[in-house]
Amino acid sequence: MKFPAFDYARPAGLDAALDLLAGEAAVLSGGQSLSPMMGFRVARPEKLVDISRLSALRGAALEPDGTLVIGAAVTHAMIEDGALPGPLGGFLARVAGGIAYRAIRNRGTIGGSLCQADPAADWPCVMSLLDAVLVLRRAGGERQVPVRAFLLGHLMTAIEPGELLTVIRIPPQPGARFGMAKSTRKLGEFAEGIAAACLTPGAARVTLGALEVPPATLAVDPALVTGPQPARLTSSPLYAAVDAALKAADATDPAGYRHHLAVLTGCRALIEAAQP
Amino acid sequence: MDSHHDSNLSNSSQVGQPFTRLEDRRHLAGQGGFVADLRLPGIRDVAFLRSSMAHARLGPIAVPADAPAGAVWTAEAFHGLVKPIRAVLDRPAYRPSDQPVMAEGTVRHVGEIVAAVLADNRALAEDLAERLEPAYDPLPAITDPEQALLPESAPLHPGWADNVYMTMGRTTGDFDAMVARADVHVTRHLRMERVAAMPLETRGCVARFDRGSGVLTLWIATQRPHLIRTMLAEQLTGIEERDIRVIAPDVGGGFGGKSNLYPEEILLAAMAMRLPHPVRWIEDRWEHMVSASHSRQHVQTITAHATKEGELLAVDVRFLVDGGAYAMRTSTPAVEANMASSVLPGPYKFQAYRFEATTVATNKTPVGPFRGVGRPAAVFAMERIMEETAAAIGMDPVEFRLRNMIQPEEHPFTTISGLVYDSGDYPSLLTKAAQSIRAPGKGDAPANIAIGIGFGCYTEQTAHGAQEWHRRGSPFVYGFEAARVRIDPSGGVLVSTGIQSHGQGLETSLAQIAGDVLGVSYDRVRVVHGDTELCPYGMGTVASRSLVMAGGAVEGACQRLAAKIRRIAAHNLDCAADDVLLAGGEAQGPGGSIPLDAVARIAYLELQKLPLDVEPALDILYCYRPPVETGAYSSGVHAAKVAVDLDSGHVKILDFVVAEDCGRVINPLIVDGQIAGGVAQGIGQALLEEFQYDDQGQPTKVTLADYLVPGAPELVNVRIIHQETLSPFTVHGAKGLGEGGAIGPPAAVANAVSDALRQFGVDVRRVPIRPEDLWEALRP
Ligand SMILES: Cc1cc2nc3c(=O)[nH]c(=O)nc-3n(C[C@H](O)[C@H](O)[C@H](O)COP(=O)(O)OP(=O)(O)OC[C@H]3O[C@@H](n4cnc5c(N)ncnc54)[C@H](O)[C@@H]3O)c2cc1C
Repeated sequence: MKFPAFDYARPAGLDAALDLLAGEAAVLSGGQSLSPMMGFRVARPEKLVDISRLSALRGAALEPDGTLVIGAAVTHAMIEDGALPGPLGGFLARVAGGIAYRAIRNRGTIGGSLCQADPAADWPCVMSLLDAVLVLRRAGGERQVPVRAFLLGHLMTAIEPGELLTVIRIPPQPGARFGMAKSTRKLGEFAEGIAAACLTPGAARVTLGALEVPPATLAVDPALVTGPQPARLTSSPLYAAVDAALKAADATDPAGYRHHLAVLTGCRALIEAAQP
Repeated sequence: MDSHHDSNLSNSSQVGQPFTRLEDRRHLAGQGGFVADLRLPGIRDVAFLRSSMAHARLGPIAVPADAPAGAVWTAEAFHGLVKPIRAVLDRPAYRPSDQPVMAEGTVRHVGEIVAAVLADNRALAEDLAERLEPAYDPLPAITDPEQALLPESAPLHPGWADNVYMTMGRTTGDFDAMVARADVHVTRHLRMERVAAMPLETRGCVARFDRGSGVLTLWIATQRPHLIRTMLAEQLTGIEERDIRVIAPDVGGGFGGKSNLYPEEILLAAMAMRLPHPVRWIEDRWEHMVSASHSRQHVQTITAHATKEGELLAVDVRFLVDGGAYAMRTSTPAVEANMASSVLPGPYKFQAYRFEATTVATNKTPVGPFRGVGRPAAVFAMERIMEETAAAIGMDPVEFRLRNMIQPEEHPFTTISGLVYDSGDYPSLLTKAAQSIRAPGKGDAPANIAIGIGFGCYTEQTAHGAQEWHRRGSPFVYGFEAARVRIDPSGGVLVSTGIQSHGQGLETSLAQIAGDVLGVSYDRVRVVHGDTELCPYGMGTVASRSLVMAGGAVEGACQRLAAKIRRIAAHNLDCAADDVLLAGGEAQGPGGSIPLDAVARIAYLELQKLPLDVEPALDILYCYRPPVETGAYSSGVHAAKVAVDLDSGHVKILDFVVAEDCGRVINPLIVDGQIAGGVAQGIGQALLEEFQYDDQGQPTKVTLADYLVPGAPELVNVRIIHQETLSPFTVHGAKGLGEGGAIGPPAAVANAVSDALRQFGVDVRRVPIRPEDLWEALRP
């Protein structure tokens, strides 16, 4: 299908973009989620404000306290290719490289992915694990929202009309090790099970995505993660622990395959984080 | 792709050489010309409003008051201009259904055309189309083939007593006696789900009517321009076939999906005849998912009766196929079940065979041919039951198969279903494939991974002649192919043929054949196809026939032209025609030679050197009709090695071997490409692809994000072993092989997964294999 008619603006600077957004307008970032929806005429924005080339949103920096700051219009491909400085850069490059296909990564952005809030997407899951804080600006104002308060459910966020996600702030994660696991039938497709895990001395946590609800972050006894695992994960104490925690979170049909995949990918992400 | 190939041809022969394809030059440079690339002055676009309901009474369509005059075309606009499509099959059990060119009164599947909208471009046409408001009064939808057979399912078509397009059955041999003799009786209920060919290029059609000449020209992404032209002449009023020209330009894949006559083509033609400008419709992927032909969707019950020593005595099978809402022209939905029942025996011999093949109507997209037609489903059923029967009697599955295979010296062999196999060595194919796939041994996989090996053995009926088409009841008895071969005054060779090449590399293969006969390099030969005005009549590229049939035609035409060239050369070289050899671009006599361009010049422009009893010009039309018309049978054994993740149920293909025999290989690169592409589609069918519908008949997979086709990461490097058992019935000893790649994988992969999971008592009953089903079955 072809797009319905719309107006298009590519403002030269951030302020101009915010002014345009103060009227009735939708943000166009990489367009990798929005344009298919416009093609199906499910999304029908009357005016698009293209932020994908705003240099203010295309950089990344490490602040003195170790906070990693990423511009919302940084593409998956830039991250994959090593654009992020600091200790998290390697893990996030790996996450980015696992998103979709390179052609989509060339355009799709981290900010677009968070605002799209697909529960099966990679950044909502990983940013939840990392306790990222999102900076939302509007003409004449700014607020900071923790990602876990930002993601409200399937394709739902706390963003308000006129607001633009400008920056993602990731607090330092001293001594942390990370793991990521996805389950897809076809490489590059949205995951049926997705999990990101973080291991710090004395603590382990895992964030499970691809649920009906926003990504769920669960704490796990680190001893279960670091010990040797049986051949079949499904019979491991780790599996039982993640399973129980997810059941308690009441986010899935506990008898279903999706629940199982969430637990399984959770275990795999945790075990990967524990790899030397 | 690795390919192991022994050729017994001499180096000077171009047939058998792995030349890269001539057509790749334009495609790799982005210079191909597809329907959507066509630029015609004044062209306007058509968008179709398609039914959003699976089954409903269709009332009036409300058109917005501001719609431009002439923009909206509903069924009434075509009254008297087009006739409904009626696909017939000359078999008493078959019941035809009319497929409306545009819905009127009733819609019977989501995607059926309800109105056409014309505008300056496609986006504007869609803007108006979405504002049309058809009045639908919903009717109960039939969404499953077994549901279609229930007495409470009201007939979908007027005048029908039930929902059966066709049902037939037969018992051959002393069935009851064989069942009584058997020690084991193994039954499986199986399902092969609904898939589609899914070519990269969707369908498309451009139509232009020239008022001056009265000629209607259509550019269509189709596999068979001549036949479409013949059928369009039948469907349209006010124009003769003579005045219709169909051009199939570059076509980006067809696989059977572009072999049907589609309503869109008829509508565009009828609109163009009434409009002062050309019209265009380029299908989008959603339209393709709901309105291009679907395929397969079998529900099967199969039983094998065997002795405990491993002799297969009898097979009993029931095929039930969901044919969708209408019978498409020309194959009809019955093609799936009918073909499956006749090819089921494959490479095996047994004493008694009982089958029932039933095709029913449902409120889903119509079913048509797709690479393999009936054979992937038949081979799935047969090979699954061979595997399970071997397990039941405790025999190695390869040994069990070998014990029951037709032996090479038994050819020509008439199968229990009445097919006549020309030649083949099936045991050696299986032995080679088994050795190759088993080589590294099963072994040391991590404990959460189960590894299995499985086989799919098949014979592939190809290039059938008139006798076979007539037997099937086809209203068109295809049985020949034509080639026109011209050499122009400069010595260039132009071959035109009625087949159509849309990825098969026929511009190259046919050039190799012509080059050998005429003694010129294949790249001096230009092959023209896909244009009813430029090419002699032909059936098009379907049913793995083009190389054998058009190859035979090109060979025959070139032989005749070569004879003429020899006579002209002999006259000028002062020798006997028999002493002239065509090689290296010249006619070589014992005492001297003449370049081919000089011979050509004589034939056209230096008639003083042309003997009086030789007709001027070098231009020959030849029609090839095979002497034996029952077809040439390729054969193959597909062997898959898979890893099943016991924790997630995911299946990964570790290795895939194809041992195949298509007789004489004309171009090994092209043959390997055909096999690899087919295997990819077959693996898609084994692991990923399926359409699904909810109980209202709404398709739930209508994008390539939901309907998963395999990409490179899901595939493996297919290892190919060639064996050349020449066909005694074809010109080059070649057999068709276009479909084989897609035939074996569902069986081979399903058997491999079953092998891996046999230790847990789990076996595959359905393709595509879904991880959640395996997980469910493996649950403690
Ligand atoms: C075939 C395919 C496979 C994919 N697979 C994956 C996958 O495996 N994992 C994965 O994570 N993703 C996947 N994606 C999605 C992809 O990562 C998209 O890039 C991403 O979801 C959206 O990013 P975008 O920049 O393209 O946003 P856009 O499509 O431009 O926008 C998405 C939405 O967010 C809004 N928006 C965008 N930026 C901002 C902003 N800065 N402030 C406020 N609102 C904003 C838009 O208005 C729109 O509503 C896939 C996409 C496709 C097409």
